[in-house]
Amino acid sequence: MDDRRSETEEQRLLLRKEAVRGEFGLSVDELSGQHLYACYQCGNCSAGCPLASEMDILPSMVMRLAQLGQKDELLASRTIWICASCFQCTVRCPRGIDIQQVMDALRQMALREKVDHFGPDDIDPGLAATVPQPGLVSAYRKLST
Amino acid sequence: MKRVGVFVCHCGINIAGTVDVERVVEVLREDPRIAYATNYIYMCSDPGQDMVADAIREQELDAVVIAACSPTLHETTFRNVSATAGINPYMCEIANIREQCSWVHTDVDRATDKAIRIIRSIVEKVHGNEALEPIPVPVTRRAMVIGGGVGGIQAALDIANAGLEVILVEREPSIGGHMAQLSETFPTLDCSQCILTPKMVEVSKHPNVRLMTYSEVEDVSGYVGNFHVRIRRHAPSVNWSTCTGCGDCMEKCPSKVPSEFDRGLTERGAIYVPFPQAVPNKPVIDRDACIYYRTGKCRLCEKVCQIGAIVFDQRDEIVEEDVGAIIVATGYDTLPCADLGEYGSGEVPDVIDGLAFERLLSASGPTTGKVRRPSDGKTPKEVVFVQCAGSRDPERYKAYCSKICCMYTAKHALLYKHRVHDGQPYIFYIDVRTGGKGYEEFYHRTEEEEGVVYLRGKVSKIFRDGDKSVVWGTDTLTGRNIEIRADLVVLATAIVSQPGVQDLVRKLKIQVDKDGFLSEAHPKLRPVESITTGFYLAGCAQGPKDIPETVAQASGAASKVIGLLANDEMQHDPTVAYVDEDLCGACRICISVCPYDAREFDEEKGVATVNEALCEGCGACVAACGCGATQQRNLTDGQIREMISASLGEA
Repeated sequence: MDDRRSETEEQRLLLRKEAVRGEFGLSVDELSGQHLYACYQCGNCSAGCPLASEMDILPSMVMRLAQLGQKDELLASRTIWICASCFQCTVRCPRGIDIQQVMDALRQMALREKVDHFGPDDIDPGLAATVPQPGLVSAYRKLST
Repeated sequence: MKRVGVFVCHCGINIAGTVDVERVVEVLREDPRIAYATNYIYMCSDPGQDMVADAIREQELDAVVIAACSPTLHETTFRNVSATAGINPYMCEIANIREQCSWVHTDVDRATDKAIRIIRSIVEKVHGNEALEPIPVPVTRRAMVIGGGVGGIQAALDIANAGLEVILVEREPSIGGHMAQLSETFPTLDCSQCILTPKMVEVSKHPNVRLMTYSEVEDVSGYVGNFHVRIRRHAPSVNWSTCTGCGDCMEKCPSKVPSEFDRGLTERGAIYVPFPQAVPNKPVIDRDACIYYRTGKCRLCEKVCQIGAIVFDQRDEIVEEDVGAIIVATGYDTLPCADLGEYGSGEVPDVIDGLAFERLLSASGPTTGKVRRPSDGKTPKEVVFVQCAGSRDPERYKAYCSKICCMYTAKHALLYKHRVHDGQPYIFYIDVRTGGKGYEEFYHRTEEEEGVVYLRGKVSKIFRDGDKSVVWGTDTLTGRNIEIRADLVVLATAIVSQPGVQDLVRKLKIQVDKDGFLSEAHPKLRPVESITTGFYLAGCAQGPKDIPETVAQASGAASKVIGLLANDEMQHDPTVAYVDEDLCGACRICISVCPYDAREFDEEKGVATVNEALCEGCGACVAACGCGATQQRNLTDGQIREMISASLGEA
């Protein structure tokens, strides 16, 4: 949150080249194999996302915040975990960006912070009995370190 | 009595939707003044035109009335049809039942009634018409182009290459215009000077072109085909025919003023050429800046000039020329940064406009193309570009889009990245408009490959903090307000009309729109012609446009001029004023009201006369004439009375 400068204006986001061209953006590019700056914010990914209603940040906004180097906000968002990797955004992106890969990159980065987003205590025992085992394995692989 | 035929057009549903065209025809067929009446869905189509021609022959008509759209659209069409079918074209008249009837009414019965009255009135007019022949007017087969930017140069070259003489008048000491200031051009990144200077040289050396730089049009009289122009050649205070352009005088001149060409980033002397590639490459003395003209002392330039070319007492010269057509290509200016209060009124250091940034990028500029900020000469590492600085702001500045800024700002950001690899450009925009061949691809390249950060929103404030120019803006895509502590800010200031254009249009008697851009005769179909016949438009004087569009419009204007000047004489509309000499009371009121200087007085006969070549048939003198001596051909008082009676009678 040190990008925000309280002395000028509380809500003003200070953009610096270190942030927009910094380690974070380059890591996302590298991990996802995509180019963040190819996104021109048409919003097609958000419009078609079947889980958009569950997300706190729309997929197109994820791309935008990544372009602006807003790491903390992105890694704290629900969206990257709600994303089901259904590829709808990827196949529809007019700039050919594999957005699902960007989501995956962000999840990896969050997981590298050694924060588990899923564990045995997070699931109702009754539900655990009915969920197919491959589903549970997937959830552990996607959401925990 | 003439056999008059009436042809009622449906214009699809444009007329037939509101006017009962079948009933109109039924009613008109009963009219004893009308020999024949019919209707058709599109009278201007090929079958419609054939229908008119066939009826003229088969029904042995003497005159026709086409009840359709405005005469400005198809009067010529149907007069040509009439001539082909063997009647005098002036026996064809248009009854406008579209713009003046169907389009402005909704009640079918009343609109139909009105259409019948309009047609009957025109039928009476055509009954009173006489057969006329166009008036032949001799044409001066030379042209003048005002403005020596890329548009004016192109137009002059095209006309000259067609074998016609052209006078190219430029206000500045050199031709080249704004294009000479540019670094590289979007989207191909051609060096602007590399593609422009050969054209500058070509036009200056062309045997058919008479180049007059440092000159302004003083006044224009006459009419299409026969203009008489007076051109003021400002005294350069240098004998250009002996001056070799060696430049010794400019080096020694002790006076220093901001260089207009370099947008104030450098200084020039009082004796100067605007830029090294100037055409002609001969200096002028800016008398306001010259120490000698102000104090009577100095004359250093005179001392160093080995051939004695300095002429301090040189006077402006008035040159008079006759031309047949005039192209106005006077270009544009940009909104001064000083007008933009929230962006620092031009007083915050390192806040410059796009043309100044062009000079910083230009290899021939003050920094030889290295990007250095004006305040301290440092390389700026973070640069903010602000689009729509004064454009698309109807409340405070200009309502229109300046059209070229999206592209040149993308180019600026890209060229900046090419010069400063570790620099970061940011662009604030409201929309990115990239209509043009290869333009959208260029924008994508800028954004994707060069990593330019586009921020969607306007900038609210720019202020100085230490050695930074702080930019407060917003990014509506994230809903965040943004602050950038920039090393340099470039404002894409609005394209505005030249400040001198109001003065010029008064001299030329041509029209400008609410923003001061020259008005074209028709926005779609006659985009290179002025409303005043004989004047043609090219480039940004008509509205903001980029180089390819300017060049295309210039070539378009040139081809119109070449067409006009292709013959030794042109045809003038014969529906002009004429005088019944027995009735003329010699009061001369007609002379005072004529806006075209077409009325004269014959001292020998003691009557007023009409110069038919000058008369535009406006009718001002006809209305003013107290004794009914002046009448207009095919619109006499008698005809007008019959037309009024017909329109007031039973429908």
